[in-house]
Amino acid sequence: MIGYLVLENGEVFEGERIGYIKDAICEVVFNTSMAGYPEVFTDPSYCGQGMCMTYPLIGNYGIIPEDYESKKMWMSAIFIHELAPLPSNFRTQKTLNEFLVENEVPGLTKINTRKLTKILRNYGTMKGMLTDDITNIDKIIEKIKNEKITGLVGKVTCKEKYIVGNGSIKVALLDYGAKENIIRCLVKRNCTVTVFPADTTDINVNDFDGIMLSNGPGDPEDCKVQIETIKKLYNSNKPIFGICLGHQLMGLATGAKTAKLKYGHRGPNHPVKDLETGRVYITSQNHGYYILEDTIDKQIAEVSHINLNDGTVEGLKYKNKNIMTVQFHPEACPGPQDSEYLFDEFIKMIKNKR
Amino acid sequence: MPKNEKIKKVLVIGSGPIVIGQAAEFDYAGTQACSELKKEGIEVVLVNSNPATIMTDKHMADKIYIEPLTVKTVQKIIKKEKPDSILPNLGGQTGLNLAMELAETGFLEENNVRLLGTSPEGIKKAEDRQAFKDTMEEIGEPCIASKVVTEVKDALDFAEEIGLPVIVRPAYTLGGTGGGIAYTMEELEETAANGLDLSRVHQVLIEKCIAGWKEIEYEVMRDAKGTCITICNMENIDPVGVHTGDSIVVAPSQTLADKEYQMLRTSAIKIISALKIEGGCNVQFALNPNSFEYAVIEVNPRVSRSSALASKATGYPIAKVATKIAIGYSLDEIQNEVTKKTYACFEPVLDYVVVKIPKWPFKKFLTATRTLGTQMKATGEVMAIAPSLEAGLMKAIRSLEENVEDMNLPKFQKLSNIEIIKELNNITNERIWVIAEALRRGLTIEHIHHITTIDKFFISKIKILVDMEKTLANTPLTPELLRRAKELGYLDKTIAKLTGKTEDAIKKMRTENNIVANFKMVDTCSAEFEAKTPYYYSSYDEENEANANTGKKKIMVLGSGPIRIGQGIEFDYCSVHCVWALKEAGYETIIVNNNPETVSTDFDIADKLYFEPLTKEDVENIVENEKPYGAIVQFGGQTAIKLTKALTEMGVRILGTSEKNMDRAEDRKEFDDALNNCGIPRPKGETVFTVDEAIKVANNLEYPVLVRPSYVLGGQGMAIAYDDKEVETFINEINKIAQEHPILVDKYMLGKELEVDAICDGEDILIPGIMEHLERAGVHSGDSISVYPTQNISEEHQKTIIEYTEKIAKELNIIGVLNIQFIICKGQVYIIEVNPRSSRTVPYISKVTNLPVIDIATNVILGKKLKDMPYGTGIYRRSEYVAIKMPVFSFEKIKNADTSLGPEMKSTGEVLGVSKDFSEALFKAFIGSGMKIPQEGNVLITVRDKDKPEILPIAKKLEKKGFNVYATRGTAKYLEENNVKVNVVEKIWEGQNSILELMHSGKLNFIVNTPTKGKEESRDGFRIRRTAVECKIPCFTAIDTVNALLDVIENNKKEEQIEAVNIIDV
Repeated sequence: MIGYLVLENGEVFEGERIGYIKDAICEVVFNTSMAGYPEVFTDPSYCGQGMCMTYPLIGNYGIIPEDYESKKMWMSAIFIHELAPLPSNFRTQKTLNEFLVENEVPGLTKINTRKLTKILRNYGTMKGMLTDDITNIDKIIEKIKNEKITGLVGKVTCKEKYIVGNGSIKVALLDYGAKENIIRCLVKRNCTVTVFPADTTDINVNDFDGIMLSNGPGDPEDCKVQIETIKKLYNSNKPIFGICLGHQLMGLATGAKTAKLKYGHRGPNHPVKDLETGRVYITSQNHGYYILEDTIDKQIAEVSHINLNDGTVEGLKYKNKNIMTVQFHPEACPGPQDSEYLFDEFIKMIKNKR
Repeated sequence: MPKNEKIKKVLVIGSGPIVIGQAAEFDYAGTQACSELKKEGIEVVLVNSNPATIMTDKHMADKIYIEPLTVKTVQKIIKKEKPDSILPNLGGQTGLNLAMELAETGFLEENNVRLLGTSPEGIKKAEDRQAFKDTMEEIGEPCIASKVVTEVKDALDFAEEIGLPVIVRPAYTLGGTGGGIAYTMEELEETAANGLDLSRVHQVLIEKCIAGWKEIEYEVMRDAKGTCITICNMENIDPVGVHTGDSIVVAPSQTLADKEYQMLRTSAIKIISALKIEGGCNVQFALNPNSFEYAVIEVNPRVSRSSALASKATGYPIAKVATKIAIGYSLDEIQNEVTKKTYACFEPVLDYVVVKIPKWPFKKFLTATRTLGTQMKATGEVMAIAPSLEAGLMKAIRSLEENVEDMNLPKFQKLSNIEIIKELNNITNERIWVIAEALRRGLTIEHIHHITTIDKFFISKIKILVDMEKTLANTPLTPELLRRAKELGYLDKTIAKLTGKTEDAIKKMRTENNIVANFKMVDTCSAEFEAKTPYYYSSYDEENEANANTGKKKIMVLGSGPIRIGQGIEFDYCSVHCVWALKEAGYETIIVNNNPETVSTDFDIADKLYFEPLTKEDVENIVENEKPYGAIVQFGGQTAIKLTKALTEMGVRILGTSEKNMDRAEDRKEFDDALNNCGIPRPKGETVFTVDEAIKVANNLEYPVLVRPSYVLGGQGMAIAYDDKEVETFINEINKIAQEHPILVDKYMLGKELEVDAICDGEDILIPGIMEHLERAGVHSGDSISVYPTQNISEEHQKTIIEYTEKIAKELNIIGVLNIQFIICKGQVYIIEVNPRSSRTVPYISKVTNLPVIDIATNVILGKKLKDMPYGTGIYRRSEYVAIKMPVFSFEKIKNADTSLGPEMKSTGEVLGVSKDFSEALFKAFIGSGMKIPQEGNVLITVRDKDKPEILPIAKKLEKKGFNVYATRGTAKYLEENNVKVNVVEKIWEGQNSILELMHSGKLNFIVNTPTKGKEESRDGFRIRRTAVECKIPCFTAIDTVNALLDVIENNKKEEQIEAVNIIDV
């Protein structure tokens, strides 16, 4: 069955429909991971987006539920070059197509993903619509343009607080769309993690040894409530570790500004330099926004990490505070595990404080 | 960390002759290293015994020594040149071993030479089996249950403990030489003994066999600051059990979930960090397909064949970056050559699939065992890039030039189902075709997986191809179906065959439906960043990215494909030089090639690199996209020559010698006419197609006769026949290979062979020099010891050779280079063969005469005249240096290959000996090829009757020198009758005083064995030669080679006395 992806700029891609059959409007982004599509597809940070995988063979090892980064798919659509007909891996439970149907997510295969990627790179991230009927392109484009993709954090966060693990270190995790592996990384390090819904405003910081601000989807400036909460947390003197959206929100809470990247950083291969040691780590990234370096108050925070490709801010250390935040994903999944040591640093920070 | 300013002069060690396990990839790595060092203003001293390389070119280094890669010679060069540093990790295992020996003996320290990159301790931790195991244990990385032993008995005891089967891996050998899997105690005893002999440190590792696990490799880089990146991971389609060099490999891995991918990546980084490697490193893993259990198989603390593959697969220049790291830079200070904006410190991501298939020499060695195992047997490899695995496989298959273009090997069609299943159990070079045939017969993916342990994912891809064959054969061809077939990598030719249409009809249907090949860029980043790399592959996706245009006239240079016996690195040398000369002359250059090991497929050599199969259709796609002004085919060996006709039909101008004139050199009748026109004699002969015709011709000419197919390189299928039966055998062998061209039967003439490379501009010729072969006619020129300048040829004969060269070159309207083989028999000069193209001796003759042959030829092709160039015409001045080219063989790698020399080429590489003195040059050539020159000891002689008179003086000389001569009964009788004292050995294969016992005793210095006629492996001679290979006893099968060796023995040179020659001064 033929389907189309229509982009905001009028570009049309024809492909073969896979997954659940329905139309979808989404922000179209690309990810360069060659392995790890189940993790990408279940990452809540992609809520509201349609994913173009640049690697052409997707579904090779099927779907492995234990690798999910959340309970389901949050993204609106996927765009791939080729869907593997026979997945093979000892842990495989189902095919990618079955998984898409189960999650009611539509997709297109046999499309020129390289061409799509280049368009996104050259014109910047844009919205698009997956549909079967392109008889009236102008109407579709109008529809796409009118679609507002907002309120994403509220969609992906947990509805009620819950507790994971049984360790001696008590960590409060603000779930803006947290990836499971953040929780796993903490639990592995002897933490009891209390996961709070994103709009929680009244965390009793004294109950916790440290606070974790998770990743999440969308424009950080939309997160007004969260920013207010973080302002309070900033003043609490508790060790705080922020990842991705958590990093951006801490920046916004302390007066910095964020901006949207032309086409984002989404992939497993982004070099990040630790300015203190001079060592470079290959990191997993997934973000469309970033903190503008010149809006950071040098009295409040200093840049600890930068992206080697475009020089953007990748990490901040807050002065006279036990707060560190990173734009990239030390919890990986998918991607390199090289910066997982940051969780150790967080634990160290907590222990020193205790 | 910026560059270390203390580094001013660096010695780079090359990898020596091409042998199986160490091929062109190290010329590629070494060339990158030298040019990087020079760019940094560092003085470069290079030593490499291999003259066919680009790295030994004058402008690659400041001082170049084409000298034996031995400790003594390198020490001599270090003393003379006083480098402050040595770069050991780009010259393969040879370079690394040599550097380690120099470091371990304290020589480097004494001479204030530092080892760049990884420390000797780090290298030792990776290379020494026990040290490696200990290190892995320390950092908690799993190894396979194993034990290092130095005695066969300990090997047996350990196997008892861990259970059979076990793998034997000798320490410090190339490509796993001497290793193998032992399924029984008897096998283990034999393999362990052999492995111990071959190991430089007399160690072998006995390890638990984990055959059937997934084999995964990572290419990792690390700088002195500790930053680590992985360039690429690769998955072998053939599971553990087949040497990675003999495996079909895909990049990136296809069946690994991110959890497995990252687990192994993290392990690789942990390992490179523990070894403190500064530069590139290759880590091989075995991964249990049913769990997360894995084991580190091997670590190469250097640039390797896999890193060349990874470089080409990703576009990331590993050798270049490794060199920069070695001189002090950190990864974040090195610019990314692809984007020119970002840094080398990132990990490439691919948006295509890469498939590598090895190229094996089995067509050359009909008796060889085709089973693949832990001993690498491939001489080269091809790589293909495509958006799908299916298309990658199909492209790679046709790049092999084995007359196979799809998943169909006719010989398997004849087998019964039972035979196919049996065949599936044999791991041979043809396994994927067996799998395809099994699928065709209806065997399930599951069943095939069960037998082969190949992952079902890969088998399913082969099934898609097999299903497509059926669909094409059974359903009407629609545009949609045609598009799908093209996306899967089918050639028009194959689609035509399957659908019963013509190739033209398919092409027409494609054009009408806009199903055309578009070219995509290899950009290291999956299009995330803008890149300008002029590195392309074809795809049937829309949008063509190969549209850069400099506005200059475009010339296309066809490369020479995979390295194989008969067509080696020399042709890459020629292609690259041609590109350079064209660029210099102001043209836009386009290179087409599919060999990942070479310099020519580096994306900064030509203005555009098309990494594509060298078939008519693939080349036509490029021609249609580029519309080049012309193409040059004469430098890419037979691979490029074969495309001449197709290119002409496409309307591409063939620059240089025309297609018609090339044909005149190949076509028997036309060639005879040409020679007649010039009054040049040639051995009598005729063209035949059938056995009967051949026998008739042979009897008319009188035996012996030379039988050979036309249009081949390296004498493939060529043999000397002494009777009707042999003619029949040989013709049948030739006809096994699909043969469109006739077979030639010539009178075999015994005489002196000479060879000339020349350049002709249509008016004048330039001959760099005349080369003389030490072995008489009958031994392929590529396997002969070749001497420049000639030593034993009269002035008059030389004049005749020059005269004939000029006459025939003009007669054939040669524009560019040609190569002529002469024979002098009974005082008369004959031409045996004219090759209207570049030859394997061009790099060698260029270097020793200081004449840029390819550069001149390219300019001639572009229309310049020799008389307007500063090199003169006629024969070039004779060098005061003697340069001797010595062939090097890889017989120990190919079980059951017959080692006897004949008209079919068998050597894989060559070394050069250069000196003002003939015997010193010969001495250097012998030791460069790995020969130890004995001054006393024991020699076994066993020759056929007609060689006996000639062996007598040799035996006498040996006796006089104090050697004990051993001989088999017949030879002994003859020698004794002629007053040589001989120890008789029995031509029986066990017990006291048997040949086997003598060969295993370890006391033989060398063996002289001339082969009796016939190619049957059952003969004693064959067994003697194979046993000699296995016992590492040099075995000479040509009397002339032995005479040359005797000269060297009699001269009694010592390596300490020889003078190292900087080739730039020659």
